Amino acid sequence: MMSNSTLEGPKKRRLPWSKRELPGVAMAAPGIVGLIVFVAAPFLVAVFLSFHNAQLNSPRSPNFIGITQFTRLFDDAEFWRALGNNVTFAAVVIPVQTAIALGLAMLVNQRLKGISIFRALFFLPVIFPMALVAVIWRLILARSEGGILNSIVDVITFGRVEAQDWLGNPTTALPSIILLSIWQGVGFQMIILLAGLQEIPQERYEAAQLDRANRWQQFLYVTLPGLRNTLIFVVLLTSILAFRVYDQVYILITSGGANEAATQTVLYQATTSVFDQNNLGRASAITVVFFAIVLGITILQRRLIRQESEA
Amino acid sequence: MTTTRKRSLRTSRWRTARSYVILTVLAAVYVAPAYYLLVGSFKPTADVLGGLRGFVPENLSFDNYRSVFDSLASDSTGYFWRFMANSIVISAAVVVVGLVINSMAAYAFARLSWRGRDKAFLIVVALVIVPFEAVAIPLLFMLNDMRNSLLVQILPFFANAFSIYLFYTFFLGLSKDVEEAARLDGLGSFGTFVRIAVPSAKPVFATVAILTFLTTWGQYLWPSLVVSDPTYRPLPLELSVFSGQMPVDWGEVLAFGALLVLPVLVFFVAFQRFFVQSLASSAVKG
Repeated sequence: MMSNSTLEGPKKRRLPWSKRELPGVAMAAPGIVGLIVFVAAPFLVAVFLSFHNAQLNSPRSPNFIGITQFTRLFDDAEFWRALGNNVTFAAVVIPVQTAIALGLAMLVNQRLKGISIFRALFFLPVIFPMALVAVIWRLILARSEGGILNSIVDVITFGRVEAQDWLGNPTTALPSIILLSIWQGVGFQMIILLAGLQEIPQERYEAAQLDRANRWQQFLYVTLPGLRNTLIFVVLLTSILAFRVYDQVYILITSGGANEAATQTVLYQATTSVFDQNNLGRASAITVVFFAIVLGITILQRRLIRQESEA
Repeated sequence: MTTTRKRSLRTSRWRTARSYVILTVLAAVYVAPAYYLLVGSFKPTADVLGGLRGFVPENLSFDNYRSVFDSLASDSTGYFWRFMANSIVISAAVVVVGLVINSMAAYAFARLSWRGRDKAFLIVVALVIVPFEAVAIPLLFMLNDMRNSLLVQILPFFANAFSIYLFYTFFLGLSKDVEEAARLDGLGSFGTFVRIAVPSAKPVFATVAILTFLTTWGQYLWPSLVVSDPTYRPLPLELSVFSGQMPVDWGEVLAFGALLVLPVLVFFVAFQRFFVQSLASSAVKG
């Protein structure tokens, strides 16, 4: 027990912390300041700007217009379409990507020689930046007869189906983006699920085998329950990542000929509001709505986790 | 007895073979796009969009790579090495400074006591769920005067709530005994952190470094908002500018793409085991 007042002497500085506490404060300060300046403050600025009519690169200062920005947004069919695309994207990606990741994780969880090579191969696309993934898939999905997907379809159907404009066609545009997104991201989920699988004690499988449980029953009664927490984590992660989809959509619309109406997401609308119209207020309102959705997903899933672990 | 054993041996051998076949077929399909990029980067543009022939390694040469360096070697088009250097400087700065700042903060939260600690930690935990996309546009408004610089691409990413959280959970789980002994020997808070906590936290440092490096290297949204001057463009942004030029020279674009992923690939191959393990362990804890 060190008393702090005596040591500091007469020229007492007005720091709210004692000498003993100073190292902690000093060590935490850069991180906290960084988070406040670059995360908390801009978020508050977004809320502020969303109630204002604000232009980027304009000498006029933002003027207050209340909730007009939001009412305009909710009256805008384009915005709803973008939000709809977000929802469709998430509704497909979350279950499909998680299921594929689980399948792959179980495949690479076998004790086989050289299995780590397969793990690495399935993980590989995760290290590919989205800008590059977009380039590769522009070629795969190219509308010409030389596009990879078109050639494969041509071979499989003996030339009976003609070349498609996968990204340009509104029906196939979003599924195409979903496909390439899953390709890039599934390896990450696979690795997390693999780690979860390896935490399940082998004895449980042996006990199930003694009870003559077949493989499907083992999966249902041993694997799934053992993986519950990991699965919840993966689903949470995937849903938030799915809502944040931006790079591939933006790049493929602007340079890959992807159908804008069918593939734009809310973040795409936020940035185009800034780029094309300098409309900072609208972009900020979209940002606030976007964050509210992400927050909603998080709270919902935290609730689910708590309920399930209480049950 | 012997027959059943033989049979089970045979089924297990059959199962192994079947597993390998399934794995190989899936892996081949899965890696095909990446392979296509690699082979295509060595092919003349006319051959790249040649359907399934694109997979056949023929007419290979380094021409595309040479033309990338040639066409990106002037003030008007930008310099390839400049883009590469930008990406390296940005990623290295964010990773190194981020490791220092976030691990220090996490240690202060996990091990040191100071007034306001719990409230501050609550803020950190709350900020974990704020995705960067939700602050990018107001940040653009705040940092508008700093546009077109390397610093504007580095500054917003130092402090990371999720990194702090990862370090925090690790430091909490660390046994206190050694630290207390070090304290008794007269080591201060910072000394204990540097000499005792940091050396035992290597796995978390690796995980955070990898995660940060991957996200920073591939970053697109923020550079596209704040960089218009080619001097400060990072590689991914330049790739989309480069591949947006009409008509697209696909051979060159693929070579550019291969050069973009090469540093990460080397890193990945060298630390593959470590890479995968550390990501997995952090995810299970987080």
